[in-house]
Amino acid sequence: MHSTTRRLLDRAFSGLGILSITLMAGSLLVLLGPILVRGAGAFVFRGTVEFRRMQLERFERGDRDAIQREIAQTQTARQPIYDALAAFERDLDAMDVGRRASYRVPLRELKDRLRDLLGPFPGEPRPALPRDQYGQTRWDRARVALDRVLTRETYDYSDPTRMGRMVRTPRGQDFAGTALEPIFAELQRNAAAMLRPRATLYWRFLTDTSIDSHFFGGIWPEVLGTLYLTLGAMLFALPMGVISAIYLVEYAGESRAISLLRTFVSTLAGVPSIVFGLFGLAFFINGLHVTHGKSLLAGSLTLALLVLPTVIRASEEAIRSVPQTYKEAALSVGASKWRAIVSVVLPASLPGILTGVVISMGRAAGETAPIIFTAAVSVGKALDFGKLQFWKTLAEPTPALPWNIYNLATEHEAVNEIRHVQFGMVFTLVALVLLLNAAAIVLRARIARKLKG
Amino acid sequence: MAEVGFERVMPVGRDEVPENAPELAPHIAAQDFSVFYGANEAVRRVTFSVPARLVTAVIGPSGCGKSTYLRAINRMNDLIPGCRVGGRLLFDGRDIYGPQVDVAALRQRVGMVFQKPNPFPKSVFDNIAYGPRILGIADRRRLSEIVERSLNRAALWDEMKDRLNDNALGLSGGQQQRLCIARALAVDPDVLLMDEPTSALDPRSTTRIEDLIGELRGQYTICIVTHNMQQAARVSDFTAFLYEGWLVEFGVTRQLFTKPREKQTEDYITGRFG
Repeated sequence: MHSTTRRLLDRAFSGLGILSITLMAGSLLVLLGPILVRGAGAFVFRGTVEFRRMQLERFERGDRDAIQREIAQTQTARQPIYDALAAFERDLDAMDVGRRASYRVPLRELKDRLRDLLGPFPGEPRPALPRDQYGQTRWDRARVALDRVLTRETYDYSDPTRMGRMVRTPRGQDFAGTALEPIFAELQRNAAAMLRPRATLYWRFLTDTSIDSHFFGGIWPEVLGTLYLTLGAMLFALPMGVISAIYLVEYAGESRAISLLRTFVSTLAGVPSIVFGLFGLAFFINGLHVTHGKSLLAGSLTLALLVLPTVIRASEEAIRSVPQTYKEAALSVGASKWRAIVSVVLPASLPGILTGVVISMGRAAGETAPIIFTAAVSVGKALDFGKLQFWKTLAEPTPALPWNIYNLATEHEAVNEIRHVQFGMVFTLVALVLLLNAAAIVLRARIARKLKG
Repeated sequence: MAEVGFERVMPVGRDEVPENAPELAPHIAAQDFSVFYGANEAVRRVTFSVPARLVTAVIGPSGCGKSTYLRAINRMNDLIPGCRVGGRLLFDGRDIYGPQVDVAALRQRVGMVFQKPNPFPKSVFDNIAYGPRILGIADRRRLSEIVERSLNRAALWDEMKDRLNDNALGLSGGQQQRLCIARALAVDPDVLLMDEPTSALDPRSTTRIEDLIGELRGQYTICIVTHNMQQAARVSDFTAFLYEGWLVEFGVTRQLFTKPREKQTEDYITGRFG
């Protein structure tokens, strides 16, 4: 082949390589970018005075005096609104019935939206639900709430040939000529003074339990549940997997039965995860009655089954790749077979096994379908292994990140209100898996370096 | 094929006769011994004896069965599926392939050094202490004594005494091989089998190991397989020449190399084939 052709081909190959890596990195960025940015929004945001008030009352955090002063300041800023409302209601009493009736619905809507934005009006009894006890805690949500105060959205279905069209009308028009008319401009001008947004770092989002279905608070039960489920899965899968791999490599012959067994293990790796979940429910919970319902134990066992084929396969490859000569050397000084394996072959195969463990941990942490039926609940308190309640805690169900991401994004009452929580959960899950992988890569590198001398 | 009656043979050609071996005691005696890989007979009904506390070399062209024979002595061939034996192979008068043989105990008494140095990926200390630990010795001080003694016997103590905790894989090839010898000696074997121990080493290391073999002679029975005839002539007292599984000739090294009885032997050592 001509040397220029050769060089051209070389360049083409390396160019293709660079192109594919760039594409891959690019798609990874496209995937991870929004997750990281919006997920960070759960931790870093502009928090309002309502947020600080909530932190103080619910978690006893913050400088009480400073916050009280702030609240007083916002009350001053908000007072015109409430005064206008009071004035309007006095006017209402003076109106004739018909006119009063026409204001009934718009007024109620307006007051609801105002409570949404600013919280309960002064003088009103404290609402029952925490979510109603505070106004908007985040400035980005507050802007949305403000918009819904200022604008009314209706759907126009008059045209039969098209779907309903949204029509936005300024709410000020509904109250034109009344005492309430000026509050809309006031709100637009002074919303910041009424809520006092400030840059906030809420790293405790990770360690707080959620208050009132994730309206406030954090995701600690979910994080802890995921950690425990992953740990439990590896606790079951690792010994079983490594021992099975040792058996398959060192002790099993090459009979038909063993080949069949290997085929089964490989097939198991491809079974859809929801089948694992159903199996876990049928076998562990309803069959073996390991627990009386969803539980950490059943979830861990199911996840262990899910990752077992991966662990076996990775361990098998790792053990096989240990040079035969190590085993021979051990045997030649009088070691028995199992001793040679455990004291020489197994330590030498540790990097490969560790890789399999890491991949499995990442998978176990992120799998949703197996834990839907066996462990995960939407709302629950964080698992607590203290107070010598080991077995009882094992039998409790637990929230978990992957399941709750889905749950919060679809079945929650106010899906749009808690977007930041959803992204925060995704961010945490991705960060968790990345952290696990990074830790194991470092660990594996250390061990491999020791083995290579 | 050639048979050896020990009464006729004298250790001619070596100035130092080992003092505690006044008569030649057969240590490893093959009697019509064969090794089969499936249907292939790799070692064909050989009969000769490796005398105690002397160095016996096994030479022959590639594929003649010398490594197979060596590995049969400490039953390393058991690792190969489909491998079986015929005839008898006696160690200290007892059949190695007998029914009640404790293979681990056999391997503790018959040590082996492999062609490519294979220290464990552990520290120097742990490499040598591996065998004694299997024997149940856990006391740190005793293990240190054994490690020092073994390294001394392998002429490695001075180089290693400050590096006991270094990873063994960081040593040079020659050092690694001497470490493997020390490791084999740590369990106090009677026999040391060496399967082409210097073929992967540079000439200087080779010389050091050959010197070491000379030092160990008289304390251990050494059986060394080598494709290097000059090495066999340098280090061994007795030599066995195998060809295609058959034992062609066995005798005193000096005599085999200067006045071989068989023509095939003469053709091989003069390089007419190989």
